[in-house]
Amino acid sequence: MGLVVGRSVLRSDGAAKAAGTARYVADLARPGMLHARTIRSAIPCGEVTRIRLDFDRAGFTIVDARDIPGRNVISLVADDQPCLADGVVRHVAEPVLLLAHEDRERLIEAEVRIEYRPGTAVLDPAASGRAFKTVSIAKGDLAAGFRRADFVVEGEYRTGHQEHLYIEPNGMLAVPENGGVTIIGSMQCPYYVHRALTALLGLAPDKVRVAQAETGGAFGGKEDYPSMIAGHAALVALKSGRPVKLVYDRAEDLLATTKRHPSVVRHRTGVTRDGRITAMDIEVLLDGGAYCTLSPVVLSRGCLHATGPYRCDHVRVTGRVVMTNSPPNGAFRGFGAPQTLFAAEVHVERIAETLGLDPVRVRAVNALRPGDTTATGQVLGEDTAALDVLRAAARRSGFARKRRAYRGTHRGIGLALFFHGAGFTGNGELHLQSKASLELTPRGARVLVSSTEMGQGQRTVHAQIVAEALGVPYEAVEVAVADTAVVPDSGPTVASRTTMIVGGLLRDCAVEMRRRLGRLSPAAYLRRHGPLVVTRQYAPPPNQEWDEDSYRGSAYGSYGWACDVIEVERDPVTEEIRPIRVTAAHEVGRALNPLAVRGQIEGGTAQGLGYALLEEVVLRGGAMANAQFTNYVVPTTLDIPPLDVLILEKPYAHGPFGAKGVGEMPIDGVAPAVVNAIRSLGVDLREIPATPERVMGAPEIGGLGRATDGSSAPGRSGRGQGTRGQGRGTGRRGWNPGASDAGAPKTRARSR
Amino acid sequence: MRTALSALTLLRPLSLRDALRMMRDDGPLTPLAGCTDVYVGLNLGTASDRRFIDLARLEALRGIAVRGGAIRIGALTTYSELLRSPLVRRRLPMLASAAGAIGAVQIQNRGTIGGNIANMSPAGDTLPVLAAADARVELRSVDRVRTVPFALYYTGYRRSVRRTDEIITAIEVPPVEGAQWFRKVGTHAAQSISKVVMAGVRAERPRIAFGSVAPTVVRARRTEDALAAGATIAEAREVLQLDISPIDDIRSTAAYRREVAARLLTQFWSSTAP
Repeated sequence: MGLVVGRSVLRSDGAAKAAGTARYVADLARPGMLHARTIRSAIPCGEVTRIRLDFDRAGFTIVDARDIPGRNVISLVADDQPCLADGVVRHVAEPVLLLAHEDRERLIEAEVRIEYRPGTAVLDPAASGRAFKTVSIAKGDLAAGFRRADFVVEGEYRTGHQEHLYIEPNGMLAVPENGGVTIIGSMQCPYYVHRALTALLGLAPDKVRVAQAETGGAFGGKEDYPSMIAGHAALVALKSGRPVKLVYDRAEDLLATTKRHPSVVRHRTGVTRDGRITAMDIEVLLDGGAYCTLSPVVLSRGCLHATGPYRCDHVRVTGRVVMTNSPPNGAFRGFGAPQTLFAAEVHVERIAETLGLDPVRVRAVNALRPGDTTATGQVLGEDTAALDVLRAAARRSGFARKRRAYRGTHRGIGLALFFHGAGFTGNGELHLQSKASLELTPRGARVLVSSTEMGQGQRTVHAQIVAEALGVPYEAVEVAVADTAVVPDSGPTVASRTTMIVGGLLRDCAVEMRRRLGRLSPAAYLRRHGPLVVTRQYAPPPNQEWDEDSYRGSAYGSYGWACDVIEVERDPVTEEIRPIRVTAAHEVGRALNPLAVRGQIEGGTAQGLGYALLEEVVLRGGAMANAQFTNYVVPTTLDIPPLDVLILEKPYAHGPFGAKGVGEMPIDGVAPAVVNAIRSLGVDLREIPATPERVMGAPEIGGLGRATDGSSAPGRSGRGQGTRGQGRGTGRRGWNPGASDAGAPKTRARSR
Repeated sequence: MRTALSALTLLRPLSLRDALRMMRDDGPLTPLAGCTDVYVGLNLGTASDRRFIDLARLEALRGIAVRGGAIRIGALTTYSELLRSPLVRRRLPMLASAAGAIGAVQIQNRGTIGGNIANMSPAGDTLPVLAAADARVELRSVDRVRTVPFALYYTGYRRSVRRTDEIITAIEVPPVEGAQWFRKVGTHAAQSISKVVMAGVRAERPRIAFGSVAPTVVRARRTEDALAAGATIAEAREVLQLDISPIDDIRSTAAYRREVAARLLTQFWSSTAP
C-alpha cells in the first residue's frame, strides 16, 4: 500500500452531495433566463406536413431547423443525426421545434400540433436493410476447428433495451456571452459537447465554452445525448440573446434519450467430449435505432468480447448494427460487452449441460491464460487472471457444494466468467491524443483534466494518484472543474479509461513535477520560479499495435477479469426469481481506492440484477410505453441480496500504480450468472430480462426436471416467448422447444 | 410534460359541511387526500382533471372505530394507520397485509383507503380485501348519506356509483368469520403495482376476490360456489378462469395472470386448510 494510493480516502465530492449543497443544473439560474421546452415527433417515421402553434406567442422564442447557423447535425461518429428534424422524422420523440419563455407555466401550457404524412417504420432489426457498421473477426481455420469437434452446440440469445436511470435527468444551461455561448450542464464529455456545438453553431472553438455542472450519475447516458440538449439550449440562447435553461423531466428523459442496444447473438461452437472448445462461430446483431450515434463503437466492443474469456484457435465473429425507427441507442456501461458476454456465458453453460460436465471445469479448461492469444491475435500478459477469479469465486461461494445441495429445491446457483478491455478500442487512444495537466499550487497541485465526476470517484482517485506520485497529502491536491476554458482535452469520461489512461497521464505529470521541484516545497518553488504547469500527452505502450481494417492486434491495453456466482430462489407459485446471494471476484490490476472499487462492483452488480431480472423497455409503435418509474421497474435496496465482493490484484505494467479500468466490468457478468442459476432449476431460458412471465413460458431443460407447485402443468399453455404481449416489438421469433438445438450430433449440424 | 399548475383549481374546505356544499355547488371536483395517485397523472401530464377539492382537513373522515359490531374506517385513514391499528391487525389481518404491500413507507404514510377506492384502479391493493370482506362504502352528499355494498360500488373500468356531489366518508367492514389470506404479486420488493392481487376468507362459504385480472376488482363468485359445493381445487381453478378476464398490458400478460391467479387460489386453499 502506498501513502495515499491503496487507501479508501474520503470522497472529495461526498459531503456536498450528502448534505444537499452540491449544485446541479436544475439549481442554477441567471438573470433574465428563459426556460426551454422541446417539441417532439409522435410517429416513428414520416414527413412533417404542418406545424400549428395554438397559443399566444407573446414572450416566446421559437426555434426550428432554419435557425441553425452552422450544420444541422450532432457531430459525433457519422454526423447523420439532425439537431432539429428538418421536414422528416425517423423516430418517436425526435426533436422538431424548441419553445422558450421566462414563465415556465406559460411554456408548459403552450400547445403545438404537428401533422404528418406517415412513412413505413422499420422496428424489427432483423428486417432492417441498413447497417451502420459491420465487423468481421477471423482467426485460424473455422472448418478445421469444427472437424476436430465431437459435438456442435448452437444457440441464440437475446437481450433487451436498458435505461440508465441516472438519478439526475439531463439538463443544460446556455449563456450567450463573448460573441459565442457558454454551456453549463450535466455531462460526461465536455469536449464532445464543444465539438458538436462548434459544428452546429458555426462558431470558432474559442467562442464555445463548455463546463460540467455537478452531475448526478450518467452510466454512458450522458456521453452523446448532452450534445443534443446543449445544442438546443444554445440555439435558443443565441436567438433570444438570453440565458436559457433546458432540463428534462423523467418521462421525457426516458422517452427521448439513448438506451442500451438490444441484441440477438447466435453461437455455433465445436467442442470435444472433454469440453475443449475447438471452433467458435458467432453472429452479433444490434439494434442501433434511428441514428448512428456511437453504434459502430458499441458493436466493435461487443464483437471483441463475444468469445468470452476463452482460448480458441479457430474463431469467426461477424457483427452488424442496423438502423430501425426506434429512438437511437447509445453508450451504456459495458458498451456492447454485456450483450455478447450474456450470450457467451449462457452458451458455455449449455455446452456444460450438453456434455454433462461441471460448469466450473468447462470454464477452467478453456479459460484464457497468460501467453494465450485472443480472437484478434493479441498475446495476453502475465496479468491475465481468468483462472484466478474463477477459482476464487467458486471456492468462496461454495459453488460445488451448493450446486449439489440445491438440486431438487427451488434454489439455483449459476456463474459467469468474464473480462473487460479497459480504455478505447484498438487505436482509439492513439487517435484521442489525450492530454492531462497539473498546476503547482502553494499547498500542492491542481489537477487539470476534462475527465468528469459523475458519482464514480474521478476527483478522488485522480487526487490520490497525484498525491502519491508528488509526495504530498491527499488533501493538498485540488481538482479543477471540467471546463473547456480551463482544462485540456483528456478525452471523454467513458470506457473505463479515467483511472487507467488519464490517471496514468496525471501520474507522469506528477513525477515530472516532483523532479522539477527537487528539494523545494511547492510554495518555495512558486516564490523562486513562478507558476508551473506540467502537461503530458498519451503515447501507447510498446508493442500495442492494432489494424482496424483486419481487426488484428491488441484490441485493448489491458483486461480486467471477473467471475460472478449468483444464487437465486424461484417462487413456485409466481415464477418470480429472487437473487439471494452474489459472490463477485474481480481482478482490477490495483485497487487505488478499495472502497470506490467495491462501490463500482456493488453498483454495477445491482444495475446488472435489474438488467437480468426486472428492467424491460416496452416499445409500442416505436415509443417507450412505460416511460415512468411506476412501470419501468428497477431494483430497490430491498431487491438487492448480500454481495460478497472479492478484489484481486494483478498489476498492469502500464497503468498508474498497476491500475486497470473497473467502471464497466461489474455489469458484464451479472445477467448470464442469473440466467445460469435459473437454468440450474431446469428452465431453458436464453433471454433477459428473466421476468416471471418469461420464466413461466420457457421450456424445460431435458433431464434436469423442474419442481413446481405440484398442481397443473405450469405455464405450458403452448405460448412461446415470441407471441407474448411482453415482446419488445422487435419481431422476435418464438422458441422452438421441441427441436432442441443443443448438442446436435456433428453430422446433423454440418448438414444444415 | 407535466400539467401546468396555473390551469388547476384547488378548493380547501375546513369542514365536511363546507366540502359537501362545494361538491354540490362548485363541482365537478376531484377529491384529494394523499395525492399519491393524482400526482402521478399531473406529473406525466396525463390527468384530465383540473378542479380539485382538498379533504385533508376534514377530521370527520379520520379514525378507526367499532360501530354496531362493524369496523368503521374513516376514508382519510392512511395505510400506515391501518398497519399500526391493533383493531385492524386483530380483526382484519388481510387488510393490514394489503396496506403493508402498497408502494413503500412514503406512499403508505400519504395514501388513504378512501383514495384507493376513489382512484378506481383495478390494481388497487386494498380492493380485493374489501370485496372479500363484504365491506360497505359510506357516501355522503349535502342532503343524504347512503351505504353501498362494496361489490356494487364499481360499475365498469374506472367507473363507480359515486355521484359527482358525493364524497366517500368511511368504509364499514362487518365481522369476518374464518381464516383470512392476502397475497400481492408485483415482482419487486417495493414500489410495485400488482400484476395479480388476491384476498380470500376461508369459511363455510369461502369468499375470494382478485385485483388486476378484470376491468374492476372481482369477487370470484362462481369459484366460491364451486368450492362451497365441494369441488376439488383443480376443478375450482378451472371455474376461476370464468370469473376473471385479464389482459396483456405493459406490466404483465393475460396468460401469466390466469396461471398465477389459479396458483394463488391453490396456495390460499392449502394454507388455510382447517
